[in-house]
Formats: sequence, structure tokens, C-alpha cells
Amino acid sequence: MPKIHGMTIALIGSAIAAVGVMIAPLFVDLFQIMQLTVFAAMAILALSLGFIWGYGGILCFGQTSFFGLGAYAYAVAAINFGDSTPAIVLAIIVPVIFAALLGYFIIYGGVSDVYLGVITLTVSLILLNLVNSTAGDVYKIGTARLGGFNGIPGVPTINMPGDSSYILSPEQAWILTGLALIAVYLGLRVLIASTFGRVIIAIRENETRAALLGYDPRIYKLLTFMIGGAVAGFAGALYVNWGAFVSPTIFALGLSAQIIIWVIIGGRGTLVGPIIGCLLVQWMVTEIGSQQTLDASFILGAVLIGFVLLVPKGIAPTVRDFVAARLSRSNSDTVIEDVKQ
Amino acid sequence: MDIAIIVGLDIISGIASLLLISAGLAVIFGMMKIINLAHGEFLMLGAYTTVLSVSAGVNIWLAMLVISPVVVGLFGVIVERCLIQFLYGRLVDTMLATWGLSLVIVGATTMIFGNTIVGVASPLGGFSVGQYQTSLYTPFLAVMAILLMVLIWAVMRFTRAGLIARAVMQNPEMAATLGVNPAKVYMATFGAGAAISGLAGGLLAPVAGIVPTMGAAYIAKAFITVVGGGTSILWGLISASGLFGFINQIAAFLTTPVFGEVILFISAVILIRLLPLGISGKFFKGRL
Repeated sequence: MPKIHGMTIALIGSAIAAVGVMIAPLFVDLFQIMQLTVFAAMAILALSLGFIWGYGGILCFGQTSFFGLGAYAYAVAAINFGDSTPAIVLAIIVPVIFAALLGYFIIYGGVSDVYLGVITLTVSLILLNLVNSTAGDVYKIGTARLGGFNGIPGVPTINMPGDSSYILSPEQAWILTGLALIAVYLGLRVLIASTFGRVIIAIRENETRAALLGYDPRIYKLLTFMIGGAVAGFAGALYVNWGAFVSPTIFALGLSAQIIIWVIIGGRGTLVGPIIGCLLVQWMVTEIGSQQTLDASFILGAVLIGFVLLVPKGIAPTVRDFVAARLSRSNSDTVIEDVKQ
Repeated sequence: MDIAIIVGLDIISGIASLLLISAGLAVIFGMMKIINLAHGEFLMLGAYTTVLSVSAGVNIWLAMLVISPVVVGLFGVIVERCLIQFLYGRLVDTMLATWGLSLVIVGATTMIFGNTIVGVASPLGGFSVGQYQTSLYTPFLAVMAILLMVLIWAVMRFTRAGLIARAVMQNPEMAATLGVNPAKVYMATFGAGAAISGLAGGLLAPVAGIVPTMGAAYIAKAFITVVGGGTSILWGLISASGLFGFINQIAAFLTTPVFGEVILFISAVILIRLLPLGISGKFFKGRL
């Protein structure tokens, strides 16, 4: 019964959110729409880590690798093809292949959490250095110059599938990104409720026991890692589409840290949590950016330490547990309350 | 012939710098099984301490060999008391907290010193090999790396503190039942690891561009070295630095420094697939 209950809430919430996305352009101005678009793209990235860490138990510190690869794959493909539809497909395929290769080595190597976190973080740093060094005419894929630390400017933004002359307006791009966020959320929700989802949660809880029940933890973990890579790559494509620009800073340490902070603040083991955490932090960083005294990474670091020490479960699970405790107490304590009164 | 000597020197300096930048991290990892994600910032603090001391008129040798390790070591002890000690037994949370710490340090340093590059002049001159010119500071770093390894070995092998440290490394519960307080050992370890990082930061100050974010340039290599080496502090560190330093410099010589790093990383990932516990998990089991 609670499962159906949760899914119903998710569906109703998503329907309301979808209506909100559709009518938002009527109420807020263009600048805010652009702002919301990038928030939504980042929230998809947050979902990718929320899924693989919160449900798959894979501690990936370098989720930006897949985000950045997706972004670069989109940019290069969109410039070469002049059409965004195959570019989006490539923005998902390239990170998935990369996740499969990397995941094979580290998951099948059977390394511990600590190693996995460190290796994935190192990957993102190496990619940063690698892409940074691609300045010059030598480094180009097709007609797209990688541009090194200058990045790739003027990336074609998303057009209607099949008609590359019909470019989406900022409002349409917002609706697409907002609906994509809801679709990814629901998709992951259904995946978690499926047999596959139950198996990966079982593996997260006790890998040996799951293995003894006949499930190979390695292949399930690898698939989870690849799904996370696909979602992050898709988010990368939407992110490039927002600014029509991509640069190597997309692989930098600051963003890797932020994704972790989104999930920590929002809460591991939920999907709504990472979205909330992402929106809160993005808003906060934007606010900090408008003044000069305090440095953004100082605040972000302090927030991360504070949550790890004081609210290790994150906002969403803490609130959920609190509400659940109140509900169960109000049910079982009715008699006592009556006596008191 | 001359080029062979130059490449040889490059390899030695590559190995030496890997040893220096990874040693503090390896000490903390070997003892506490956690990766200190603020390691790069400890190096940065060491470098800043040297720069500030030198600009305050202190002799450069005193600044990098004494002041930097002491200052950063004390900082490490404070960090352990205020932050790490609350998270024992929660490995992942410890790593996340040190990541938060790394952001805080970068942010604070940026607020205080600004995002500009500072530096100190290299204290040693150069010498020439045939037609090539190279700095005397490179062999000096190699000597310092060797001295540091000998120092760690001697402390671990011959002192009472080293004996306790080895006991806690092998079996913390057993050491605790024999009257050793692991909390104190961990505090001292974190301080020692930080001090070694401070020393490395001070030594690198004359050859690095010093900015608040400079840590990021070193941590990738340091992480790979320590993970590839495994939990044995000395042999893991030496074998991984030797292997990776060699691969990195040869690959960098044949291609570019960045591709050298990529090739280094790919070989490290293959190594992890073959030896999930690092080199020392296979070959130097139970050794220092």
C-alpha cells in the first residue's frame, strides 16, 4: 500500500509541476525563464547522482565527467550535423560508452567506496586537463574546433526534430527542459519500482546477500552506473543548449563538489531530495554571486560540512521521517491523548 | 647521450615530485583508511606559508623546511579535533567533510589573498648537461624526497611512536585493548600527514604558481599514486611513485605533458583492475 501511495503522490506532483512548467512563461520574464532553464538542466544532473548514489550505492565523485562529455558530444555533433536531434542522441550514447568502460574497470575490479570516489574524481580532473589542452587548429572533430580553454562558442541550439530551420525559442526551450526534468524523474521512479530497482537497492543494502540470492552485483552496478551516465549526459546537452556555449570548466572540481552537495543537502535515497537540494544551492550561489564579500566556495564548503555533521541524511528523508513519526504517533497515541485531555 | 641524461633527470624529478606530493596523503590513508580530499589545500597552505615567511624576511630554507611543516601540521591537528574526530567509523562522511573543508580553505584563502599568482625565486642556480640547461633545484627535490622516505622509515621502525603507529595500522582493536588510545594516534597521524603535506607545499613553492586553487593541479596525481600504491605507507608509496613517475615522464616525453597524464591515468586504472588493493595489497602485504 505505501508503494502505490508514493507513486500516486509522484504522479499527481508531476502533473501539477508539468502544468506549472507550461504556464510559467505567462507569469515570469525572459531572464527568469532562462534562469529556470539552467536550474532544471542542473536538476537532471542532480537526479543522475541521486539515482546512482542514493539507490545504487555507487559513490561517484566525478559525475561531471559524464555531464561534460554529454555537453561536448552535443556541441560537436550539433556543429557537424546542423541538427540537434542526432546530437542529443550522441550526448547520451557517448557518456554511456565512457561509463561502461570506466565502470567495467572499477566495478569489476571490486574496489571499495573510497577508491571509487577518488578514481571518478580523478577522471573528471584528467578530462579537464585534456580538454583544456585542445587549443589550436589541430584539435577538431569534423568541422567543430574543440578550442581548448576557450571552449566552443556558437553551438546550434535545439530545433524541432526533422526541421533544422525551426529553432526553439527560449520559452519553448524552457518548456522542453522543464518537462524533460519531470520525465527523467518519473522514468527513474518507475525504474526504482521495477524488479531491476529492487535488485539494485538490495545490492546497496547488502552486496553479499544479494549475490547469494543469485544476482551478480557487478553487472547491476555497472548498469546503474551507465544509466547515471546517460542521464548526466542528457543534462549536459540541455545545459549547452541553454548557453549555446561549452568550456572545459564544465569538468572542474567546483561543479563536481556542487553535485555532491545537492545530493547531500536534498538527501540520499530519494529523488525529490536532489532536485530540491539542487534548486536551493543554485539559488544560493546566484545570490552569493551578486555580492563581493563572501566567496561562494567558502559558503558551499561550510554548508557541506554542516550537513555531514548535523543533518547527515539530508532534508527530504529528515522531513519524511519527521512526518512519518508524527503520523504514527498521532495514530497510536490517540488513546493517551484522549486520557490527557 | 645528453638527451638521455636530461630524460633520466626528468624521470627522477617526476618520481620525486610524486613522492613529495603524495606522502602526506599516503600516511593518512595508510593509518586511517580515508582519503583526505583537502590534501591539495594542505599543499597550498604549505606553499603560502613559505611565500609569506620569505616576504616577511625569513630565510627561504628555514621557511620551507621548518615553518611550513609546523604551521600546516598544527592546522591538521586543529582540523582533526574540530572536524574529523566526530566522523570516525564513517569513512564516506569523513571524505565528504574533508571535501567541504577543501572548499572552505580555497574560499577563505581567496577572500584573504585574492585570486592572484604569487611566488618565490628558486634558491639554487642551474647547471648544464652538454647543450641543455637545467635547474639544480630538481636534484635537490629528489634528495629531499629520499630523505623524507628515510625519515618516515626510521620513525616507523625505531621509535615508540612508530611502533604504536604500526600496531594501530595492523589491528586498531587489538592495539586499543593493549592500552593504546586510537583517537590520539589518529590525531597525531592527521597532524603528521598535514605536516608532510606542508613540507611538500613549501618545497614546491619555488617551482609552482601559487594561487588558492593550486591544489587541484596536484591532487589527481596524488590520488592515483596513493590508490595505486595501496595502504602500505612506505612501500606502496615508493612502488607506485616509481612506476607512475616513470610512465608519466616517458609518455610526456613521447607526446605532451597532458597526454602523459592521461596515459598515467589509464595505466593506473588497468592496475586497479588487476590489483584492486593496490600494489602493496599484493606484493608488500603487512609491510610498512
